[in-house]
Amino acid sequence: MPSNLPRFPARLRLLPLLAALPLLSGCGLIVLDPAGDVARQQGDLIVLSTVLMLLIIVPVMGLTIFFAWKYRASNKEATYKPDWDHSTQLELVIWSAPLLIIICLGAVTWVATHLLDPYRPLARTAPGKPVAAEVKPLDVQVVALDWKWLFIYPEQGVATVNELALPVDRPIRFRISSSSVMNSFYVPALAGQIYAMPGMETKLHGVFDKTGEFEGFSANYSGWGFSNMRFAVKSLPAGEFDKWVATAKASAEGDLSRDAYLKLEKPTHKEPVRRFAASDPQLFDAVVNMCVEPGKMCMHDMMSLDAAGGAGIAGIGNVRQVTYDKFAARGTVDAARWSMRYVAAACSSPVMSNDRPDAKPVAPAMLKGEGLPHPSKPERTALRAPAAADRPLS
Amino acid sequence: MTPHPAPETGPILGKLSLEALPLHEPILVITFIGVVLGGIAVLGLITKYRLWGYLWTEWFTTVDHKRIGIMYMILGLIMFLRGFADAIMMRLQQAMAFGGSEGYLTPHHYDQVFTAHGVIMIFFVAMPFITGLMNYVVPLQIGARDVSFPFLNNFSFWMTTAGAVLTMVSLFIGEYAQTGWLAYPPLSGIAYSPNVGVDYYIWGLQIAGVGTTLSGINLIVTILKLRAPGMGLMKMPVFTWTSLCANILIVASFPILTATLVLLTLDRYVGTNFFTNDLGGSPMMYVNLIWIWGHPEVYILVLPLFGVFSEVTSTFSGKRLFGYTSMVYATICITILSYLVWLHHFFTMGSGASVNSFFGITTMVISIPTGAKLFNWLFTMYRGRIRFELPMMWTVAFMLTFVIGGMTGVLLAVPPADFVLHNSLFLIAHFHNVIIGGVLFGLFAAINYWWPKAFGYKLDVFWGKISFWCWVVGFWVAFTPLYILGLMGVTRRMRVFDDPSLQIWFVIAGIGALIVAAGIGSMLIQFGVSIWRRKELRDTTGGDPWDGRTLEWATSSPPPDYNFAFTPVIHDLDAWYDMKSRGHQRPVGGYRDIHMPSNTGTGMILSGFCLVMGFALVWHIWWLVALSFAATIVGAIYHTFNYKRDFDIPAATVTAVEEARTRQLAAGA
Repeated sequence: MPSNLPRFPARLRLLPLLAALPLLSGCGLIVLDPAGDVARQQGDLIVLSTVLMLLIIVPVMGLTIFFAWKYRASNKEATYKPDWDHSTQLELVIWSAPLLIIICLGAVTWVATHLLDPYRPLARTAPGKPVAAEVKPLDVQVVALDWKWLFIYPEQGVATVNELALPVDRPIRFRISSSSVMNSFYVPALAGQIYAMPGMETKLHGVFDKTGEFEGFSANYSGWGFSNMRFAVKSLPAGEFDKWVATAKASAEGDLSRDAYLKLEKPTHKEPVRRFAASDPQLFDAVVNMCVEPGKMCMHDMMSLDAAGGAGIAGIGNVRQVTYDKFAARGTVDAARWSMRYVAAACSSPVMSNDRPDAKPVAPAMLKGEGLPHPSKPERTALRAPAAADRPLS
Repeated sequence: MTPHPAPETGPILGKLSLEALPLHEPILVITFIGVVLGGIAVLGLITKYRLWGYLWTEWFTTVDHKRIGIMYMILGLIMFLRGFADAIMMRLQQAMAFGGSEGYLTPHHYDQVFTAHGVIMIFFVAMPFITGLMNYVVPLQIGARDVSFPFLNNFSFWMTTAGAVLTMVSLFIGEYAQTGWLAYPPLSGIAYSPNVGVDYYIWGLQIAGVGTTLSGINLIVTILKLRAPGMGLMKMPVFTWTSLCANILIVASFPILTATLVLLTLDRYVGTNFFTNDLGGSPMMYVNLIWIWGHPEVYILVLPLFGVFSEVTSTFSGKRLFGYTSMVYATICITILSYLVWLHHFFTMGSGASVNSFFGITTMVISIPTGAKLFNWLFTMYRGRIRFELPMMWTVAFMLTFVIGGMTGVLLAVPPADFVLHNSLFLIAHFHNVIIGGVLFGLFAAINYWWPKAFGYKLDVFWGKISFWCWVVGFWVAFTPLYILGLMGVTRRMRVFDDPSLQIWFVIAGIGALIVAAGIGSMLIQFGVSIWRRKELRDTTGGDPWDGRTLEWATSSPPPDYNFAFTPVIHDLDAWYDMKSRGHQRPVGGYRDIHMPSNTGTGMILSGFCLVMGFALVWHIWWLVALSFAATIVGAIYHTFNYKRDFDIPAATVTAVEEARTRQLAAGA
């Protein structure tokens, strides 16, 4: 069973906050007290690293004050050695003390970074609750639009704007992209953030282990309506989640067709929650490939043309047709302005997905050096870097 | 929904029209009226007291590194007031905009404010301050008469000023960028920022960047070539060492910024696709490039101040610096490592776990030499006789403040922790913790330390202490709430908030900003009071008020134009302390002619042409671009035919100056 990050006694966890504790007990430090296993490990890591560093920071601050007081000019009792400027032993200590702390912290960093890699599927939903091999994570496709969030549930067939409902205790796998500029998809209660970028796909895995209402938002400034790019996050028991899906299916908003998406993508802000009863199953892949407009050449088609040597002079004629947002922001110009006459025939159907199978969950035993196989044996696969295909296209 | 669509371009005025004047923004109109009235008053006073000739011949055209240094400091101070006004506006907006209130700033205005705050504080406050400091102190510390390229020095200053002026012009004509201080594409591309704001950003930085790069080259050559005889590299004062490393970083990293901005310019002006979403452009490439410049930039700012703290600690502890050699190697380590950490600014952009941990760990490794430096200061104080004058007070405040900033920095270098803290107010608190606690506190230490050298009288202690306590207390009141808000999951650049429970923290932070404002006010009063009482505060020691250890304290205050009548010969690290302890006798005869560079107005004129060109480029006034470009080139070529570049200060003048000092020393003794 995969264990979590190095734990330490609960009372130690509060240590760095002691000073501010009386002030803070009343307010929600969601980053240190979240509602999901991933975010909780990240919060614990903050506390652990802080404690490690305080081991050296506190003595330094204490010594600063002590020396400043003891060796003040008015204290004629104190020793005064104006020419003392070197001590090899002391120099060894002052270089090795920070070094030791950094070696510890570096090891923790290496382990935690691999263990909490947002691209990796989860190995557990809570301490002591491993994810069974047959459990498939719930897929949610996320598109950052100007200035609202679109969530598509391919399994359920529904889609929402500015509302993310998730079943508790089930691993979630987000595929994230953006229509126009960079944003960052962040639900502090659930897991860390990851950038949402146009023409690229990023991934995030997370799980709620508590039910409740939380908040999500864009953590990367994206222009005029950025401040209101917030969405409600609901962590629901499984039955409630099914009910929520049923309500979405009964929504009067209708389907999220490609046309509806192109309307939705126009810049707006303070967008109310909207639910779509159905969604074009290829929509997300079309967004990532920048070819939602009917008949527009998809990025992967262009790339395979180019990989095959390009279309030569004729290719120049295509350039205008594949234009996405070169001359004006997305949604501010009518899509019909771009005629599709050259490329429609070249397009593959269906749209090719950029989704790649996830790497395996990290086996933490290997990260901690427990039972590493002998280097001469070839089975050291768990530590390999995730395949390049898992990374955003760029 | 960009509120202002892109303007049409005309043949004569380009995009410029009456629409560009922000007459609909009352805040800006009032500011503009204030600036105009203040400007008229200043210009009127200069005219009334017939100071134009004095300013032109003694200051604007000067090639004297000391005067250029002082002008850099004045530029930094003026821009600091602007940058701080932006900070107050942000604090006020964020303290107000709760529970459905929109605050008092529109998104269009607020987004410009935070962009301008960042750009101005880094490029037009911190950079001029440290460049001015290095300009003033380094040649004196190494016993030189001036920098290696005195004209270039004057030109660099005016180019930096031109960049600052262009940035300030955007306040009243057009708009500034609404992109954040690093202008990430695609948001900064022409599709999403069709107006002139990003163009002001680009050209302001490009023009100032010329100045920064040239002054970096100038100071490197000065340090390597103009040291007094006997001053080997390992006998250089630590401030000179850290300046050398900072300037190496400038020369190595600013070209990356220039190139990155050129690529962005090409995207915006001629339709290339380096950073667009379309046609294979890669916005991620921009983010990488800008941080390959941006991270070394942080060390460019802080390294010279590390040098200041070393000088101050050693002087006021009355003790040799502990571990000089390890201090030098720590500085060099930081210089090199600062190039290996840039990716920690975007762990959240989707790199793999191995890449992220590599950059996280290299970042942590930087804290080892930094920690060693801190211990070295600590053990310089150990068994010293510490005089708590203002510079030393700032140094102790720095040590106590900076360790916290360093700790939160290492925390942010742990990638999984960064996933929850990236772009949060915790991050904002962290970098203000190191930049205010490190760079600004260091500058205040330096100003209080070297002011008597520059002007011949000390700064007033009473107002200095008030300013000190306001700054230190104000800083912690302003930024502790931001650390807490970051842990509450609140991110940066927000204009309005939903959750009313957050408001109290923003109000506290706002109060902190007001305390800092009082600190700034006290500092200005301190300068004013000191100038007013300069006779009482006069340094009667003949140029060595702090019992200094390095060479700049060997000459008079203010130093004569030629710095040293005779170039000193160096035998030890703390050259002046060494000379004093070996019973150095100041030579009182045998003066010779001293060869010096002549003043020239070319630097100011060429920078003026560049400023016009920048403005014309922003507004697409192509005929003016061509004209001012031609004028710059012709002016530069014309300057090469100027053969009146140098002159000799006659021995008689030197004798007169030095004898005056002899009398002064005798009177003081």
